[in-house]
This record gives sequence, structure tokens and C-alpha cells, in this order.
Amino acid sequence: MTEIHKLSLKSAREALKKGEFQAVELTKSHLDAMEQNKGLNAYILETRDIAIKSATIADQNIKAGNARAMEGIPVAVKDLFCTKDVRTTACSQILGNFTPTYESTVTSKLWQTGAVMLGKTNMDEFAMGSSNLTSFYGPVQNPWKATGSDKILVPGGSSGGSAAAVTAYLAMGALGSDTGGSIRQPASYCGIVGMKPSYGRCSRYGMMAFSSSLDQAGVFTRDVTDASIMLEAIMGHDSKDSTCATLPVPALEKALNGDIKGMRIGIPKEYNMEGISPEISKLWQTGAKWLKEAGAEIVEISLPHSKYALPVYYIIAPAEASSNLSRYDGVRYGLRVPSENNSLDEMYELTRQKGFGAEVKRRIMIGTYVLSAGYYDAYYIKAQKVRNLIAEDFKNAFAKVDAILAPTAPSAAFAADIKIDDPVTMYLNDIFTIPASLAGLPCISVPAGLSNEGLPLGLQIIGNLFDESTVLKVAFKLEQAANFVGYKGK
Amino acid sequence: MSLTEKEIIKIARLARIGLSEDDKQVFVKELSNILKMVEQLQEVNTDNVQQLQSITNSSLPRRKDEVTDGNIAADIVKNAPMSEYNCFVVPKVVE
Amino acid sequence: MSIIKGKTGEWEIVIGLEVHAQISSKSKLFSGAATEFGAEPNSQVSLVDAAMPGMLPVINEYCVRQAVKTGLGLNAKINLKSIFDRKNYFYADLPQGYQISQFLDPIVGRGELVIDLADGSTKSIGITRLHLEQDAGKSLHEHSPKYSYIDLNRAGIALMEIVSEPDMRSSYEAGEYMKKIRAILRYLGSCDGDMEKGSLRCDANVSVRKPGGELGTRCEIKNLNSIRNITRAIDYEAERQVELIESGQSVSQETRLFDAGTNETRTMRSKEDAMDYRYFPDPDLLPLILTQEFVDEIKKEIPELPDQKKARYINDMNLSNYDASVLVADQETAEYFELVAKDSDAKLAANWISAELFGRLNKNNQTISETKITPDKLRGLLVLISNNTISGKIAKQVFDTMFETGEDAASIVEKEGLQQVTDTGAIEAVIDSVLADNPEKILEYKSGKDKLFGFFVGQVMKLSGGKANPELVNEILKKKLI
Repeated sequence: MTEIHKLSLKSAREALKKGEFQAVELTKSHLDAMEQNKGLNAYILETRDIAIKSATIADQNIKAGNARAMEGIPVAVKDLFCTKDVRTTACSQILGNFTPTYESTVTSKLWQTGAVMLGKTNMDEFAMGSSNLTSFYGPVQNPWKATGSDKILVPGGSSGGSAAAVTAYLAMGALGSDTGGSIRQPASYCGIVGMKPSYGRCSRYGMMAFSSSLDQAGVFTRDVTDASIMLEAIMGHDSKDSTCATLPVPALEKALNGDIKGMRIGIPKEYNMEGISPEISKLWQTGAKWLKEAGAEIVEISLPHSKYALPVYYIIAPAEASSNLSRYDGVRYGLRVPSENNSLDEMYELTRQKGFGAEVKRRIMIGTYVLSAGYYDAYYIKAQKVRNLIAEDFKNAFAKVDAILAPTAPSAAFAADIKIDDPVTMYLNDIFTIPASLAGLPCISVPAGLSNEGLPLGLQIIGNLFDESTVLKVAFKLEQAANFVGYKGK
Repeated sequence: MSLTEKEIIKIARLARIGLSEDDKQVFVKELSNILKMVEQLQEVNTDNVQQLQSITNSSLPRRKDEVTDGNIAADIVKNAPMSEYNCFVVPKVVE
Repeated sequence: MSIIKGKTGEWEIVIGLEVHAQISSKSKLFSGAATEFGAEPNSQVSLVDAAMPGMLPVINEYCVRQAVKTGLGLNAKINLKSIFDRKNYFYADLPQGYQISQFLDPIVGRGELVIDLADGSTKSIGITRLHLEQDAGKSLHEHSPKYSYIDLNRAGIALMEIVSEPDMRSSYEAGEYMKKIRAILRYLGSCDGDMEKGSLRCDANVSVRKPGGELGTRCEIKNLNSIRNITRAIDYEAERQVELIESGQSVSQETRLFDAGTNETRTMRSKEDAMDYRYFPDPDLLPLILTQEFVDEIKKEIPELPDQKKARYINDMNLSNYDASVLVADQETAEYFELVAKDSDAKLAANWISAELFGRLNKNNQTISETKITPDKLRGLLVLISNNTISGKIAKQVFDTMFETGEDAASIVEKEGLQQVTDTGAIEAVIDSVLADNPEKILEYKSGKDKLFGFFVGQVMKLSGGKANPELVNEILKKKLI
């Protein structure tokens, strides 16, 4: 079996247990695939030695009958998560060769379940973007191409590298982060599963902060079952993160097999906006039909403040980011551009001018503005109030339904050479994903169909707070019905 | 809502981000576009609405007063662009 | 209140103080690094304190308790819900690029502090609020002409910022306020009040106005680290402002530093337009919610505070306002006094402590907890005075020996045979002997030289080795010299 890296996480796990192949073999198979697919630029750092070492230990554990939940499973880690003694950059020039002396909690959890780190993946700089075009290490290619076309497409963002890696069989699962859609949207563009749990389910310790009240770690996998396995491994309370929920981790893998008879699935009427692409609209309706056929009841719901989610997000996220990114100042780590006048302030300004890319600067500037004297009330406070209204909308909806079905993105993957004058155009990619982020709700994107150009389109399931089990259960049924054929590879 | 170049300069100063002349013009345009988009919030009636303070409505967890950290001076300065005697070294600031 | 006599008339000084008190916790406010003073650079710094990427704050419950305790000690309102905000600005000793503080919703609201004035009256100074915040690191400028060295050991230590209403009207009042706050903090144990080490610092807001007029523009004088500097800085600043206004200029609102060498205040070099701190609630920290039970529990822990002790000493023990104030200024002194006064004369105890003991302690650079004269030893001495075993003068001698050796009074008196002679017969004998030796002096005295009475007393005391009871000597000598 030469293409063992194309197995699902679950199948690989079983095969390893049965001794059909070794963990080292599985890791090497991935490393070879990575070598052959360098053009995608999914990885910005490969950790071959670490991978082989971990796989060797995994083989010992498996042999001794002590296999843990992800023993020997090769995974990729978005370069937003600090990995001990392994360079971590958030794909920004400002971090230089920063090498953390500490490990993030979620990666720590992965290693504690026996997973193997293949490397750090590419991303939009500081997780700000929906295309992976803002990375200091260059863009990522979406493995998919439109039918009959050679044009390079974006994988989506900000977790473009992780999405591309899982899609092209360069990892069995990948860690990503989702603040306004950075896992779900790339999952949709790449035809894979991407899930963001509820805010507070995963520790943010060691995850470079972009927007603290929205950031959440999540996973990319090729199917829903794998997602439940990997998510269960990284969720959990951490006393080092004050915003982390103290709830016990539910048995997600087990929850998958329940049926959804009688479940009420909400269809938010406001998401059916004027100008929505017909093929997205059609897929959404098909998705509802599938769930109905699986026994669910389809209910129209209203989320009246939906259209304000985008402006709310583009006030709150940049505001928090402008403060979170102040620590990148050339003093204690990363890039320092010296000041010829030996001025501390000049050093700050030169370092941050050079070190941050355009999108990051844009967001820091907007964030600084909306927090500044005279504007704080009109922008920041206003946004937090409307955010509350949006969260209320969902709360009211969940009194009527158990889960919500919505499109993930307004389109399929777009061309990498896209020319955009207005940053807002790019922000519109997130209109379906942002609302659930603002409310901190668990949500998943499941590949559901192909566009007219043969590109993947995903559908999104949003669940009530801390109800990851329902989200996965419904997603599983959707996946079964969709029968989506994943990326075949070169 | 359109920003002026003067405002851009002020914001950049607060954020300690150096700007070239070109940058200023670009930012005026781009940031004004973003502000235009977020202006829509003004149409929402938020009288009697509270700010969202936390997703979970729980209280801040507190930890015991114990020394559980520190004594890692070498790690602390390990990534520093400039350090000496385990201190961070920066251009002198005269008060 | 002090009035400045300017060229155009009288001026009133208006002062408000912002005190920063480091909480005496073992670890920092939001990290588990240690807080002890004087450690090697960056050895008491966690990844959180150094603002490494991905680091998050976790609050120290002890610090929360101390803030509540201090609020209760200031008779202030405890806010059961408070919020932590980020105060954003750039400086080398502020690794996060923001300080975690509390802006709109502090943990403690309005309270008051009563200061004791020289004339024995008291004045209530309003407390506006108390909030928790992080201390900053230290910049060391002396090592190099070109560079500053940053040590983050202090970064993240818990501070209570206590803001007063602008109720003080003289540098003296400000000094008394500072002394009182320091005493209260030490009594409560929430801060050690060491201004030299920097665990207690003060910023003074000073403005001047014509009496009864509107408030003037104020200037903030930062980082005053001793009572002396506080009073001198305020005095200089008030004069400076009066001169400025009277010369036709206006006071600009600014931040100033006090130069202890020249006794002047000057503008901080890095003067900017009013800093925009862009305060917003820290999204890494949830609102701090306290229960009333939690607050009530802490209230029980509060010891008797200086004002209450003072009232008790005056009312129950008949001490003077002055004596009581001296004793309660320091908790250790008060406790020492109470132990001594348990079974002895309170007034006597007060005198001996403030007059004799303090004098010796200062000379020898000792604290009241270090002295060999423990409370029960002092009590022992006082008892011997009260029951006339020794005279006051001999007692001083005994006291000196006790101070050096730590022996108890009774043993010393016994060993050196210092018991007072009260036997009238014996005293009379000595007096007779002195009178017999000094016939001319007797005549001189009887002819009007009254001062010679002292001479006779002195001789009697000398001859009796100081042991004769002075009252009896006086009584009998008077009779004999008629």
C-alpha cells in the first residue's frame, strides 16, 4: 500500500494498531509527498527530524499496546501556534527567527496524544486575511484548479497552508485558527472539513493573539469523523487561559453516530441575500433537502442583525489586534530595525513599518482609530452592543432550532492574481462565517458540492454554544448525503 | 466618513508605525473605505443594549498566590535582538 | 491650610494625591513570578511578564483580597463587579505595549481617610477610588551613554492605585495623608509601605486658586518617593504656579518631575500632547465578580486600625491626643504599647515608650521589634516605678542597662542595690549629715538664696547614691530648713 498518506486519520489509526504498517513508514510517506508538492507552499517549515523521532516513539507505544488517541498520526501546525524550539513566525517578517522556549497548550495536547508534527504551515500574516496572499513567506496554492484551467487559485485564509496540506494529502489533519472564518472558509475552498469549536473550548495559551475575544483553535481533516477525533484531542480547560471554559470535553467521536430524526435545522432567511450566487443558493437548498431526508425538520429562522456582522467584526477585531500586536516592537524578540538617531520611538516606527505587511498595518490603524479618544463610543462601544444583539439573535434562534444550516462562503476559490483596490472587497468573503464567530458558537464547514467550474463548495453547520456534538452529528449526516469526492491529487 | 492625511499621521504615531509619503495616501483611501463600510452600524438602535462583556457570562477565575514561575532569565532574553547582563538593550530614553 | 502670599493677593493650594502601593504578595498580579526586591535582572520574569507571543494573564486571588481589604480599611465602597482595561502606550519598560489596569469600573469606589493635624484636630480627605494595575519594569540608564538596559523584574507586580479627592490644602496635609495611608496599609498588611524600596510611591496633582475661586489648571508631579520630597515638591510647584500666573502667564497642564537635588520641579522631557491611552476592556480577562460573603469574610480579617486605636487610647486610657497619635503611627509600636500597658500605668507606659525608648532606638538604629527591652520587661520596670521601689531617675539608669543587656529590671535593681530608700529615718539621717557639713550654705539659704535648696537636694541624693526617695527628701528637707 504505497499511498498510505491518503488514508483517513481513523483508518490509519486502525491500520497502525493492526500493524499493517509502521508509524515511521506513515510519516515518511507524508514527508515524501511534501517533497513532491513544495510548489503548493503549504509548509513554511518542515520538521523532519522531530517527525521521525515522534513516529519512532509512536511505534514503540503501539507495539506495547499503549497507543494514545492520535498515536503516530502525522499532522501539520499553522504557524500561529508556538512550538517549543521550533521557529514560529505567524508568517510575519516582524517575528524574524523567533524560536519559542515554550509550547502552546493545543499543540502540547496533540503531542500528548501521540501525534507527529510534520511542520509549520503557511498562513495570512497574523491570521488576518481570507486568501493566504498576505504571508511574508509567499502565497499558498489551492491544490484544486477550475475545470480545464491552469490558473492558480487561492486556498482561502487565513489558514491557507493547513487547508492545502490536508487537501493534498500532506497531513492527515492540521491545526488551524478561526477568528472570522479562517478555518471554515479555506475548508470550503479546498473541499475538506474545517471545524471551529465554541469560544473557550480550546486554550489560547501559546497561540499568537490576533483578536482575543474571537480567536479559537480548530482543525482541518478530510472527513467529519477525523475532525471529531482531532478536535477532541485539542479541546479542554487550561488554567493558563482565563477565558477558557471549565466544561469537560464531550466524547465527540462517539456522538457522531446518533441519528438526526426530529432535529430542527434552521435556515436563516437573512443569509439569502440579494445577489447571492445562484449555485451557492442551490447547494444550500440541496443541503436542506438532504437533512430533511435524514429525518430533520427544516425551519426558517430570522437572524435580523446579520448584515451588521461584518462592520461589527471589522471594528472589534482590528481594535483588539491593534493592542495585541503592540508587543511586536523590536525590543524582546524578532526583527529590530535600528534607529540611526538612537531614538527608541524611531526604532519602534521603523521596525513596525518594515516588519508588518500592508493588511496587518491597515487593521492596526483602523483598530487604533476606533479606540481613540472621541471615536471609542461611536465605534467600539457601538460595535460591542450590536455584537450583543447578534448573539441574542442566535440565542433566540436556538430556542426554536437545534442547528443552523448556511453557506460557508459566497463563492468558490478565486484567482491568486486577483487585483483588489478596496480591502472591503476581500472582507466580504467572510459574511457567512463572521456572525457565528461573534457569538462564539461552534461551527463546521463540510464539502458539499462542486461549482460550475468544478471547484469545491462547502456548507456550514452552526450549533448552540458548547454543542459541538450536535454540530458534528448533523455534519456527519450532511457528509453522507453529499458523498463529496475529495481532491484526487496529481 | 473620510479620514484626512493629518489623522492618518496621528494614528500612525499612536501605533508607532512609520509611514512613507506613498503610504499616507494609500491609507487615507483604504481606511476611509473601511470606515465607510462600518458606518452602517449607526443605523442600529442600541438604546438600552449592553456591550457584550463575555461569551460565557462566568466570572474571572483566580489563582493561588504562589511563586510558580520565573528564574528563566536566559529564556527571557534568548530571542532578544540586543541584550546584555540578561537585560534588554534599547536606545537610551532620556526623561 | 497654607496660604501663599502673592503679589496680587492670597493664593490657596489645591492638592490631590495618587498613591501607588505595591501589594505584598508572593507572586505577581497576573503571573506566577516572584516579587522580592533586589533580584538579578530578569530572574523574576515569566513569559507572561515578558509579553511573549501567545501569553495570557491569570489573576492572583491574594491581590484581589488585599485590594478589597484596603478598600474596607478606607471605609470605601467595594464594587462587586469590576473590569480590567488595557491602557495602551509604548515604552521600553512596558513589554505588552499596554498596562492592564482598571478604568471605568474599579474594584473599589468612594471612601475616606482621616488625617491628624498638628493642633489636634482631624480632617477627612475623600478617596475617589482604588484600583488594581500592573507595575512596569525598570529602565537602567546609568550603564551606558547610548543605551538603556531593561529589567522586567518589577513588570507585572500588583499595584493598588489609590486616588484622593483634591481635598488637601497644604504640603503638610499631603505629608500627613501619606503618613496615614502608609500606616493603614501596614496595619492591614496589604503593602509594606517602604518608600525607599519603591513599594509605595506617590504622584501629586497641584494647582492654585484664589480662596473661594475656581479650580486652577493642575500639574502632575510624578514619582515622589519620600514624604520630604512630596512636601518640598508641592511647595515649590505651588510657588512656581503663583509666580507664573501673577506674571501674566498661564499654567499649562503637564506632567513634571521633582529634582531632589535642586528642590525644583521640571517638565518631563518626553512631553507630548495628552496621551491617548485608548482604554478598552481587556478581552483576555473576564469581569471580576465578587460575592458579598467574600467581602464580609475579608472585613472580619481587618485588625483595629490607627484611628480606632487612637480613640480607644484617649477614651479608655486617658492618653493625650498627641501621645496616642505617636503610639498608633506604627502598628508594631501600638502593639508593643498595648502589651506594656496591659498591667501597668498607661500614661507612664506612653511616656517611657515615646520619650526614652524611641530615643534609644533611633540612636542605635534599632526597630521596636529588635530591642532587647521586650514589652513585659518594660512593664516590669514601670511596675517598680509605680510602687516606688525605684525613683524615676534611677529608673533611667536601669533602663540603660536593660537596653544593653536585656536583663529584667528587678534583677538589675537587686544586683546593684538600687532600691529607693523610703525609710524616713534613714533619709533624715542623710539630710542631717549634709546640713551638718554645710552650715554656711544654710545661712545663705535662710537669708534668701532659695536656689540653694537644689544644692542640698543634690548633696542628699549624692550621699544616698541616688536612692533616696526624692519626694521624701524634699518634704523632710523643707521642714528642716525652716
